[in-house]
Amino acid sequence: MLYSNSPAHLEIRNLSVSYNNGARRALENISFSVPQGMRVAVVGPNGAGKSTLFKALVGLVPIERGEIFIHDAALGAHKESERLRVAYVPQRKEVDWRFPVSVNDVVMMGRYGALGWFKRPTKRDREAVQRALVEMNISNLANYPIGELSGGQQQRVFLARALAQEPHILLMDEPFTGVDATTQEATLELLNQLKAQGVTLIVSTHDLNLAAARFDRVLLLNHSVIAYGAPAQVFTTENLIRAFGTHAMFVEGTMIVDDCCAGDAPHTLGESPALELIER
Amino acid sequence: MMEILTQPLMYGFMQRGMLASVMVGILCAVVGCYVVLRGMAYLGDAMSHAILPGVAVAYILKGEILIGALIAAIVVALGIGFFTRRGTIKEDTAIGILFAATLSLGVALISTIKTYALDLTHILFGNVLGVSDTDLILIAVLGAVVLLTIVLLYKELLVVSFDPVLAATLRLPVERLKNVLLILIALAVVVSMQTVGVGLVAAMLVTPAATAYLLTRRLPAMMVVSAALGALASIIGLYLSFYLNIVSGAAVVLTATIFFFIAYLFAPQRGLIWNVLGRRNAVASAPAE
Repeated sequence: MLYSNSPAHLEIRNLSVSYNNGARRALENISFSVPQGMRVAVVGPNGAGKSTLFKALVGLVPIERGEIFIHDAALGAHKESERLRVAYVPQRKEVDWRFPVSVNDVVMMGRYGALGWFKRPTKRDREAVQRALVEMNISNLANYPIGELSGGQQQRVFLARALAQEPHILLMDEPFTGVDATTQEATLELLNQLKAQGVTLIVSTHDLNLAAARFDRVLLLNHSVIAYGAPAQVFTTENLIRAFGTHAMFVEGTMIVDDCCAGDAPHTLGESPALELIER
Repeated sequence: MMEILTQPLMYGFMQRGMLASVMVGILCAVVGCYVVLRGMAYLGDAMSHAILPGVAVAYILKGEILIGALIAAIVVALGIGFFTRRGTIKEDTAIGILFAATLSLGVALISTIKTYALDLTHILFGNVLGVSDTDLILIAVLGAVVLLTIVLLYKELLVVSFDPVLAATLRLPVERLKNVLLILIALAVVVSMQTVGVGLVAAMLVTPAATAYLLTRRLPAMMVVSAALGALASIIGLYLSFYLNIVSGAAVVLTATIFFFIAYLFAPQRGLIWNVLGRRNAVASAPAE
């Protein structure tokens, strides 16, 4: 148990990830480091490799080249006992919401990693789940089947589950897409609280204004790192054009980014082309 | 009235058949919950046909048929896992290839057996009246192993089925757990061979579980209701088979299917009638313009 009780910093060195045995390069030579307790927004056009980056960070896709260091040790080199507290909040469409589980069941799953084989949840686990439900303001829904929840409520269930994991690094894939304003504000509020607790946060978003206003750093990504740093340094006209290409345009001194669909990728159903306004 | 129920049980072969059917009904129904929730119905069907070459080889080598079937089923289960792991072949394609290949191999092997003493229809549709005491013990032991595994690995199998991504971030051995699930299905299929036959196992895996899905809201409840439906369908089916003189496996599956249709129509909230009435009420209570 060398580091697993202290909050983590994260370092990525020359990371490359490909799909189909190298046929399609999703991430190209990515390097950046995140100090402990930093809020980082990951921004870039659709298909830029944001989800792939997250999946590489939790070990869900094989790394082609490069290294990921958490707590100064390479991913994969950590001993089983040094449980990495990396929580991942996936996009909501990634699970089957018709599955017969209650809100309480789903949040409890966040505790399973620490529980160990054959063990049943203890009082401490139930209390952690209860705290997470209260934190996300969904304790009244604890016994609801997840199939009966609204999109915003589903998002809160995922967040409560991540809280129950008591993470040191929290990765969130598009938590602001398709949720109501209240849930968005609750999510941002949660990010502030977690930052205060020293949790390192990495969040992908389409909302450039939100990234600029509510995050410490921005990672502008389009297969490779276009820019990384404080929002004011990253969101320059030049960088945005490099990231978004022809999807960035200027109307009366204001930059408009149509960040749906990089290159010639087809517009995905159910995802409206998000128009972002950036003051020049 | 009681005589109708007790009379068939006067025969030893009916007692053994009934006991075997109920055990298999419960086992398939519980394992079937995962089959239904993970959309593996096609895989269950494929696996049931895949045991045919194992049966044939066991017969040729004069070994225990159940053991031969078991080995074949596990080989195919792991084979499907192997072909799909790298993502180069889609799962349903891998299943389709192995399904057809093993079925052909099984038929080819059986056709080389000159005597044809190995009755293909018994393998395809079961021979519930030919259940021996050894069969009963094997079914009970394998069934107990499967149910115990499902209870002990409840939370791990739940996470892997509901959210494999979370399972991976929790550092659970996702691939190994998926293989455990495949082996559990394989065991259920093999055990069912004697009672409903390989042709109808898929129905025993899917139908009671799908019915229970319509009636419950949480997985443990779904498993209990599914097990009860599987047992009930087996009992009713066997009586129907006795009195109407129809093949027992078919009678059991048809009974389970009737349960499904009843639930599909009348289930609270998820049933067809509930939905239609709900919509009409919503329209009726909407303010008139």
